[in-house]
Amino acid sequence: MPAVSKGDGMRGLAVFISDIRNCKSKEAEIKRINKELANIRSKFKGDKALDGYSKKKYVCKLLFIFLLGHDIDFGHMEAVNLLSSNKYTEKQIGYLFISVLVNSNSELIRLINNAIKNDLSSRNPTFMCLALHCIANVGSREMAEAFASEIPRILVAGDTMDSVKQSAALCLLRLYKTSPDLVLMGEWTSRVVHLLNDQHMGVVTAAISLITCLSQKNPDEFKTCVSLAVSRLSRIVSSASTDLQDYTYYFVPAPWLSCKLLRLLQCYPPPEDGAVKGRLVECLETILNKAQEPPKSKKVQHSNAKNAILFEAIALIIHYDSEPNLLVRACNQLGQFLQHRETNLRYLALESMCTLASSEFSHEAVKTHIETVINALKTERDVSVRQRAADLLYAMCDRSNAKQIVAEMLSYLETVLKVAILAEKYAVDYSWYVDTILNLIRIAGDYVSEEVWYRVIQIVINRDDVQGYAAKTVFEALQAPACHENMVKVGGYILGEFGNLIAGDPRSSPLVQFNLLHSKFHLCSVPTRALLLSAYIKFINLFPETKATIQEVLRCDSQIRNSDVELQQRAVEYLKLSSIASTDVLATVLEEMPPFPERESSILAKLKKKKGPGAVSVTEMEDGKREGGELNGGGDRGPDSTPSPSADLLGIRSAAPVSAAPTSAGSLLVDVFSEAGPAASSAAVNDEGFLRFVCKNNGVLFENQLLQIGIKSEYRQNLGRMYLFYGNKTSVQFASFTTTVSCPGELCSQLNVQSKPVEPLVEGGAQIQQVLNIECLTDFSEAPLLNIKFRYGGALQNLTLKLPVTINKFFQPTEMASQDFFQRWKQLSQPQQEAQKIFKANNSMDTEVLKAKLLGLGMALLDNVDPNPENYVCAGVIQTKGQQVGCLLRLEPNAQAQMYRLTLRCSKDSVSRRLCELLAEQF
Amino acid sequence: MMRFLLLFSRQGRLRLQKWFTPMTEREKKKIIRDMTTLVLARQPRSCNFIQWKDLKIIYKRYASLYFCLGVENQENELLALEVIHRYVELLDKYFGNVCELDIIFNFEKAYFILDEFLMGGEIQETSKQMVNRSIEASDMLQETLEEYMSKPAF
Repeated sequence: MPAVSKGDGMRGLAVFISDIRNCKSKEAEIKRINKELANIRSKFKGDKALDGYSKKKYVCKLLFIFLLGHDIDFGHMEAVNLLSSNKYTEKQIGYLFISVLVNSNSELIRLINNAIKNDLSSRNPTFMCLALHCIANVGSREMAEAFASEIPRILVAGDTMDSVKQSAALCLLRLYKTSPDLVLMGEWTSRVVHLLNDQHMGVVTAAISLITCLSQKNPDEFKTCVSLAVSRLSRIVSSASTDLQDYTYYFVPAPWLSCKLLRLLQCYPPPEDGAVKGRLVECLETILNKAQEPPKSKKVQHSNAKNAILFEAIALIIHYDSEPNLLVRACNQLGQFLQHRETNLRYLALESMCTLASSEFSHEAVKTHIETVINALKTERDVSVRQRAADLLYAMCDRSNAKQIVAEMLSYLETVLKVAILAEKYAVDYSWYVDTILNLIRIAGDYVSEEVWYRVIQIVINRDDVQGYAAKTVFEALQAPACHENMVKVGGYILGEFGNLIAGDPRSSPLVQFNLLHSKFHLCSVPTRALLLSAYIKFINLFPETKATIQEVLRCDSQIRNSDVELQQRAVEYLKLSSIASTDVLATVLEEMPPFPERESSILAKLKKKKGPGAVSVTEMEDGKREGGELNGGGDRGPDSTPSPSADLLGIRSAAPVSAAPTSAGSLLVDVFSEAGPAASSAAVNDEGFLRFVCKNNGVLFENQLLQIGIKSEYRQNLGRMYLFYGNKTSVQFASFTTTVSCPGELCSQLNVQSKPVEPLVEGGAQIQQVLNIECLTDFSEAPLLNIKFRYGGALQNLTLKLPVTINKFFQPTEMASQDFFQRWKQLSQPQQEAQKIFKANNSMDTEVLKAKLLGLGMALLDNVDPNPENYVCAGVIQTKGQQVGCLLRLEPNAQAQMYRLTLRCSKDSVSRRLCELLAEQF
Repeated sequence: MMRFLLLFSRQGRLRLQKWFTPMTEREKKKIIRDMTTLVLARQPRSCNFIQWKDLKIIYKRYASLYFCLGVENQENELLALEVIHRYVELLDKYFGNVCELDIIFNFEKAYFILDEFLMGGEIQETSKQMVNRSIEASDMLQETLEEYMSKPAF
């Protein structure tokens, strides 16, 4: 069958969908959608009556827009109109729209119900099925009222088509779940039970879900289903894999129906009738036996379907809890699965064994697997499997193995810290994070270190959108009669800061909040009590109405005469403060905490310190974020702007932290010193070394008896990196070794050089390395200075060198043909753009040497440009942050005279001059 | 019973959402967000089941698409996996080598096929033949090609 233009493919819809897919940004998508919405709205409002096809197409577009995550506030009426169309596809789209988008607009529900009623009585099975689906999808009370009596009739009527029966059974189930009071048992009930005998497997499969639900609620009325279910199950279990034709799934006969039958039987105790019971036990034994048979197919679908039935049979065996033989067999079977290579089976075996452990018949059998389970707790890679292992250990624990299990669980709990880290690492919304950490404190409070609850408070204080939620959540958590002290700490802090956000609700009025906190006070340790006292004084500020109550508490002897100095001092000071300070003063003293300057997560810092086995490495942490980022990339473009999972957790890095001012002042101070240093001794000594590096990047920059300085450098565009290697040639240590790089005069605005400090000690014979990052802001003529100071023996050594950072380092070679070259040469004809020098050759005039030098310069050496083959021409562009400077060079050697004439033409005159100066010394 | 079925891409873009119980848009958005984060963060070769609140989440990746089914606690996880697989087979039979694009461009068909297979969060029909027969029958009810070609494109 063709893929895209199936059936009635709507071309307009397909075009619209591709348009949306081609949108490069969310803005573009919204623009395109708004355009479409306007178009549809005008079509719906227009004078011309729309034909069914157009209506269907527009309704379908609206549906698509809605499913993209946009709100749709019109079109419902047109969709309802489609319901009464005679064309199947129009009706179908109408129903789909209603199912997906219906709201409790009672006016529309009445119209929809009308259409449904018509279709139900149409006797057209496809129309009836559509209507039943719609009822099941919407499942509202109004619909239950309208159809709860009609559907049972359709279900059991003799002339109803099988497909309609299936839909009717499940539709009725839906209504029964939403409004059980409206579905009245009656004469149809017994006939529904007999659907278990229906010839059509599909009808049985659908009906059994309904029967199971009804049996759970009315076991007595439906108990005849037990024997029917057993005989049906028996027929399926004993059938060959081909007997059931298309209801056989990967060689497993009717797995869905088998599981449903086994589930239905779990609603009842073991059958009383001996024959029925015998037959059932036989079925269960057959299922257990089949598990040992070799698989009929290697496909995972085969083993899944087969094992699904097995697990459901084991659930029934556990439910009966009366057949020791079957229970032990079940336990052995699960024991095999505990070591299965499929993670899914290990997970399910652990889960299932958990219930088995509570049976007296199998408890001992389960216990024999303790080593395997402990091993699973330790080694399973998947946290959900480990969780199951922990649950099972809990379930199998008794006096005989308590010590072993408790020890294992304790070591498992050490992962609490990691839970907190993961929660923060993957937090996409902060309410989730708050929930998780509070849960962690609740479940494993003793294992939650201080860092964990500090961090949750930092996060709450820094995120105003989560403060109200956090206040509400801690308030609820503190309701527990015995809550962990760490919870009291978090609660005291958060309510003291943000209790006002929930004070509007009478259930959490200021006084209720205070009483709740104070009820925990006497059970807490000194540090927590101190924290609570601070929370109380904040309450006086937030809620003046609590002042009298709180002052009374502070005033009582157990506070102001407390033997603990800290508590006593707080009580006395807070009491005084609240009595004498004006409300303004109080408000200032107790102002809300400013946001914490963002720094490394305290939890992560702790983990790093720990560096124990299994500690999360920082790279792993960052990888996680990156992965999270990718997840969001182009992903969630829905209207709500969820913070990207890759976003910094606190998201305040851009908001200026309070402490910004002193820090920058500090760094300014450092800058003043660093400029002063080299400026004082600017006697640069190594011009010669400097010039050797104009046409090369690597080599020895300086060497004397003590020290050798090598450099390696690389440049790209306007950026460069230089590695400096300081070698101690002596056998004695250099002490107080410092290096300073500075840009004298106007160079500091032209070139940006950053260096990292070096180790102050250089051992004899050792070499240390320093990296400089260089950025060319605009063209420059001076060179940065490197000042080196160190102590050798008793003597202070001080040395200043020019760093070979020259403008030509930022060249990008430009290839061009002869014609272009001369055209540009002419364009750069203003006198100041040209710089020229005629000079005597200092070195050999060998062609290869010259070529190598010119290439080292960074320009492109152009062949076949100059009419005189003896001459050299070059072209290049200097990249600075601000601009690009185009440069052309011509070098004319005169071998006889041992002279050169060098000409430079650049788009910037200062560059021409500087390059000319530099190059005149090179040849 | 099943509560919801979500199809989303490796990048977290939702391709299909089916809710079997009434839910507010807010709740749906929250679940979609939770599911995509939860499932996409799973390591390969983890088990296909996750306990989430009071639901079991069963997920499986087919090529670029994740199928994620939320079921109530007493449901059988392995069969839920096969519910997903059977749905993929049904899509494949209808579209022929189904891919993500088929579902994007024919989302309404994907819904119709699902409706033949599941209803109200329960299995309605497990037979591939039966489901396909219904789908073909409804395709037969659609307009003839001539009718379709004579419609304006926009």
